[in-house]
Amino acid sequence: CMRNQVELVAQSSRYGSLWPLPQKVQLSDVSFKLTTSSFRIVDAKESSAGPSCKHLTFLNFSCHCVIFSTSTFVLWATSFEGNECDAFRDQPTHELTVNQPFAVLKAPKVWGALHGLETFSQLVYKDEFGTKNINQTTISDFPRFAHRGILLDSSRHFLPIKVILANLETMAMNKFNVFHWHIVDDQSFPYLSRTFPQLSQKGAYHPYTHVYTPADVKMVIEFARLRGIRVVPEYDTPGHTQSWGKGQADLLTPCYAGSKPSGAFGPVNPILNTTYDFMTQFFKEISTVFPDAYIHLGGDEVDFTCWKSNPDIQKFMEQQGFGQDYSKLESFYIQKLLNIVSTTNKGYMIWQEVFDNGVKLKPDTVIHVWKGNAQQYKNEMANVTSSGYQTLLSTPWYLNRISYGQDWQGFYKADPQDFKGTEEQKKLVIGGEACLWGEYVDATNLTPRLWPRASAVAERLWSAKDVTDISDAFNRLSAHRCRMVERDIPAEPLFSSYCPHEYKGV
Amino acid sequence: SIRIIKKYTCLNMNYLLLIMIHIGVGLHAVGGVWPMPQISASSPEQYPLNPEAFYFEYGRQSEAQPGCSVLDAAFKRYFSLIFPDYFPGDNLSVCAGQASLKAETVWGALRGLETFSQLVYQDDFGSFFVNKTDIEDFPRFQFRGILLDTSRHYLPVQAILKTLDAMAYSKFNVFHWHIVDDPSFPYQSQTFPDLSAKGAFHPMTHIYTQTDVQRVISYARLRGIRVLPEFDSPGHTQSWGKGQSDLLTPCYKGGTPSGAFGPVNPTLPSTYQFIARLFKEVSSVFPDSYIHLGGDEVNFFCWKSNPDVRAFMQKMGFGTDFTKLEAFYMESIVNITSTLNKTAIVWQDVFDYHERIPEDTVLHIWKGVPYDYTKELSRITKAGKRVVLAAPWYINHIAYGQDWRKSYTVQPLNFSGTEEQKKLVIGGEVCMWGEYVDATNLTPRLWPRASAAAERLWSDEKQTSSVEKAFPRLQDFRCKLLRRGIQAEPLYVGHCRHEYQGI
Repeated sequence: CMRNQVELVAQSSRYGSLWPLPQKVQLSDVSFKLTTSSFRIVDAKESSAGPSCKHLTFLNFSCHCVIFSTSTFVLWATSFEGNECDAFRDQPTHELTVNQPFAVLKAPKVWGALHGLETFSQLVYKDEFGTKNINQTTISDFPRFAHRGILLDSSRHFLPIKVILANLETMAMNKFNVFHWHIVDDQSFPYLSRTFPQLSQKGAYHPYTHVYTPADVKMVIEFARLRGIRVVPEYDTPGHTQSWGKGQADLLTPCYAGSKPSGAFGPVNPILNTTYDFMTQFFKEISTVFPDAYIHLGGDEVDFTCWKSNPDIQKFMEQQGFGQDYSKLESFYIQKLLNIVSTTNKGYMIWQEVFDNGVKLKPDTVIHVWKGNAQQYKNEMANVTSSGYQTLLSTPWYLNRISYGQDWQGFYKADPQDFKGTEEQKKLVIGGEACLWGEYVDATNLTPRLWPRASAVAERLWSAKDVTDISDAFNRLSAHRCRMVERDIPAEPLFSSYCPHEYKGV
Repeated sequence: SIRIIKKYTCLNMNYLLLIMIHIGVGLHAVGGVWPMPQISASSPEQYPLNPEAFYFEYGRQSEAQPGCSVLDAAFKRYFSLIFPDYFPGDNLSVCAGQASLKAETVWGALRGLETFSQLVYQDDFGSFFVNKTDIEDFPRFQFRGILLDTSRHYLPVQAILKTLDAMAYSKFNVFHWHIVDDPSFPYQSQTFPDLSAKGAFHPMTHIYTQTDVQRVISYARLRGIRVLPEFDSPGHTQSWGKGQSDLLTPCYKGGTPSGAFGPVNPTLPSTYQFIARLFKEVSSVFPDSYIHLGGDEVNFFCWKSNPDVRAFMQKMGFGTDFTKLEAFYMESIVNITSTLNKTAIVWQDVFDYHERIPEDTVLHIWKGVPYDYTKELSRITKAGKRVVLAAPWYINHIAYGQDWRKSYTVQPLNFSGTEEQKKLVIGGEVCMWGEYVDATNLTPRLWPRASAAAERLWSDEKQTSSVEKAFPRLQDFRCKLLRRGIQAEPLYVGHCRHEYQGI
């Protein structure tokens, strides 16, 4: 009983069900049959990736359930240097040629090979007799942006490991390569720290059932790595830290009501030496637990009310000559924090406020744009890049903001380089992230809320800038969505339709 | 009414008896039950329960006895709900006691069992308790429904059964099955097998066989839920035309058929012969005494374009007023329904187009904002017709934030009319249209948001007017749903003891 909408019925696209759309793809009508019995993925003689390359051996096993072949799939991975197989430097170019009797995948790095295998699996389809087929194809592919991320929030609601892993799997199907783990925040501190175990003991929703042990964290990192996904943790300060204060007394600023403490606490206390001792030890641990070259330090939405109320802080402001400008105090804190983190040899990512407030940043800082309407975020992108910093865009991709209808189309249309700037500036846009904040999200609704809406972002970040045909995208995305469902991922529907294999869960 | 009294008789009789005794009035609301009972009082006096020794029993004076299929099944079901993860062999020795539940019908007993199951809780050691409690309960409205749409997306039978379970937990009692529509016709008709063979998304994998339908009906019945089928016409019928040629109106472009089809063709006798035969089957397949005939959103464009339809209009003296043609069609099929001894429910469009319908036809209000639907409530009840209100509860319309509050604060009787008119509002319905919904996201989208409406339809409005007070109770209820295997989404930040472990 709805307004009669013009119904988009998914039709076949000439690009099949490829998602994201490769940079260059030629599909012919010539088709080959595949059978389970003789399909093999082998390393070419010239390939320097061998059976010892964990990634690809692993992929062989994960691929068996999705593709079968008479032809031999030859993996031709060239230019692997020494231990390149393990090192995490993303250069996912690859070339895929499907022919008979061989299909050949050439990739300079193992990450390209991973992407190529996913693409190959997307070329396989069933004919009306149920036989698996693949058409003669030539693909040459590479991502438009190097940083293609998903943010999950495990503080507003605890996310069991299973759902995190399922989403890493789905990210790989969509060629996302960064998992931005917003692991702690005001509401709960589920990260079990070796150095400060009290943080989760007192700050998690439950100290045993709602925490991530070191083993859990390792599992996530390794699971992600095998799928070509970096894990960038975010420990957001000085705001968003209520839960930190439960297990670390004196870390947060005591708020005052008049001349007496009110019992409430505010942001991290920036005037105590103990604060910086804590941060030094804490981030030393973080830098060893998370192998990625970057840590996200947050720095967003700092509420000054509590600082303003505290007499010790007022005195400090006077001593420092900050006047009544508390953003100077915020900068003072951030500056010291950034220096601490630099000594761990990590680069840092920060939310845009830190840049907006004029904090001194290292040249390789990545600034994460998240605020404002379309005009505002485009201005911000222009400002950040004109100051020479690399930037990530998230503003148009807050997937937690749900609404009725096909909102994936809005995500698909947003372009991170759509602002007034020079070529140099545009090059500083390293990519973007789809964010699924957790106020209204947990394992019960995370996967259908994230997918396939995040897939729209995936294509915007991977494919060429001129890939903008919405009806072709609808056709391919409908098929891609059914493929995710077939792989047991409860990706929700785009519109009235059906998949040959519907979701089997309830 | 439920009376739970505990007699500490540490005799050798370790059992919990369910007997029938009537009692009276309570004072404080019981927090742990959703929807909130009409009259209740509990005390902090805590009674332990021993799953080893607990059982339900029919009272000696009870007319229902072993062999009453609904209650036999319910006792078994509720035992597992009350003692989740229970393994026989746990040894607890606890004092005996009794609780009593009295109900006039078996359906009331079901509601009482549900309430009782929500009163039982576990402490930190895992022991089960229930507090001394007195409850007298009854629903404010008789018709408390959920609509599922299995045409825009096929819903596997499992997904429907799961929804029926969750409905019982919130005391919903009508499953409005919007089974067919434009995109697909999954109902496998015995009389017209081509309807699903040609009209379903897939003739084998995306259909409801007669067995499937019976399964749904009996599963619902054991939970005290009526199944109300909807075969919506003359609009919303594109998929019907695939397997029944000549049913839909051919649209014309200029002087020739365009190849497209419109609503059901109301000018041909074959149409009414078809409807009569189809409805005869539907009436025998679905035991409920009501059938929903739809009648909404009829687009006149195609009828206008067709010369035969225009000729028919002239012959009937309808001029160019196509609402008269629609009325003609609806009146005919409502009459067919009457001859089959069923009562029709139709969407409000049928009333709005001044169709002459039998007195006992129920109107289903779905359009507009409060300003619109309160006016419609007044209009329809003034004409002496019964109504079901759905307009404020189209929860397929998702939005960011705690939109359950909007569902909760609806005031179904807040319209201008007499007491007699207000009595004609027999209830309300939560609609989950299927354009963007299938088994991947149905359950979290439906629950616990639908439960907010459940309380509005069951409980006393004065006692349940505060959203602030409802919030912690609904959060708690949501955690209960999780515990019972219902993938209900969170209301806001927080946690449950037992989180959902799936993906």
